[in-house]
Amino acid sequence: MIVDREGEKEMTMQTEVKELHAPGHRACPGCGCAIAVKSILRETGPNTIVVSPTGCLETFTSPIRGSSWEVPWIHSLFENAPAIATGVLAGLNAKGNPDGTKVVVIGGDGGTYDIGMGSLSGMFERKDDILYICYDNEAYMNTGIQGSSATPLGVGTTTTPVTGNSFGKTVEKKDLVAIALAHGVPYVATASIANLADLKKKVRKGMDNPGPAFILMLTPCNVGWGYEPEETVELARKAVETGLFPIVEFEDGDLVSALKIRPVPVEEYLKPQKRYQHLFKNEKFTDVLEAIRKKAEDNIKKFDLV
Amino acid sequence: MDLLLGGVCKAGESKRLETGKWRSFRPVVDRNRCIKCGKCADLCPDSCMEIKEDGAEVNLYYCKGCLICMRECPVKAITKEVEEK
Ligand SMILES: Cc1ncc(C[n+]2csc(CCOP(=O)(O)OP(=O)(O)O)c2C)c(N)n1
Ligand code: SF4
Ligand SMILES: [Mg+2]
Repeated sequence: MIVDREGEKEMTMQTEVKELHAPGHRACPGCGCAIAVKSILRETGPNTIVVSPTGCLETFTSPIRGSSWEVPWIHSLFENAPAIATGVLAGLNAKGNPDGTKVVVIGGDGGTYDIGMGSLSGMFERKDDILYICYDNEAYMNTGIQGSSATPLGVGTTTTPVTGNSFGKTVEKKDLVAIALAHGVPYVATASIANLADLKKKVRKGMDNPGPAFILMLTPCNVGWGYEPEETVELARKAVETGLFPIVEFEDGDLVSALKIRPVPVEEYLKPQKRYQHLFKNEKFTDVLEAIRKKAEDNIKKFDLV
Repeated sequence: MDLLLGGVCKAGESKRLETGKWRSFRPVVDRNRCIKCGKCADLCPDSCMEIKEDGAEVNLYYCKGCLICMRECPVKAITKEVEEK
């Protein structure tokens, strides 16, 4: 039950939904990020403080009088979530942290790969005991689909346009897993909303691991990718099955698990998405398609996925 | 100094908001087919599915009609209907 601001009216909730990420949030129908967050919090439990940089997650969970967080949550600036998380942890430690409260950052690809990269690098360097989870929808969705350094090769966004000879993003996305590993982060993994049991196991490991942990999740966005909302989980699954998003796990720099796949053609993942449509309509872009196929093959070889 | 109440954000206050109003399609569960596996409940971005004694039940107050439940149901127990308001 929620008591109205003025204390006059009492407002009863429609249900007693017992999720730490409450319904009524403002994410678009079928948002992959919303599935990720709900699943993450199911594993972290209530004894967690979440930090989020600016982005869709922050926006859809925190309108005035509409917070969907059932755990303590703080919004940083776009660029400094890891530094804020360090501050929260320092505060907890200064008080002795009697309940063993954990600090988790959940941030978008823009906030992580781009503008928050320096701050994240500092958090990794300091070996702060924080779990950082990046929900990667491969562009700046909240401001209208601008390309980020997580946007893959060949993807059309408003800043990587598709016109004439332009085929969208001209370079590959950054390898954030390799960047985290290069910092000596003791627990680094990728996870998918198409495999929630694996995600939960990894969130648990990331929480229990002393020192920093990093988990990268691909969270499809129907608005930015151009597909039907019902296909969100299906596309997350196809990204894994094609080899384009390998599910891997590293402990102290060593690869300790990689999800085996029976590879499906990359077209099965690309074709349902508008952001890749031009590659199938114009013969002069076959090189780009070929490069995407090669990327999948390279991943399969690199992590021995078959 | 007292904090003005206007500055207070309560946990989970989003539950007041009827996101079901956004819906153009409504998922319909065939309880005879439902095997109560809970997949729809796990995957619903808006936590609208509850597994009851006789099968999944949709909370239409929040359901935005994304139909991920329909797509992911392993026994095809969920279909869609056009929402009429
Ligand atoms: C310093 C700064 N620059 C720009 C913005 C505008 N801004 C708000 S959200 C956003 C995009 C966030 O992208 P991402 O981190 O990928 O999250 P998404 O919205 O895709 O979930 C931008 C550019 C800002 N809030 N602060
Ligand atoms: S724009 Fe995309 S990431 Fe943002 S709330 Fe909508 S579906 Fe989710
Ligand atoms: Mg993004």
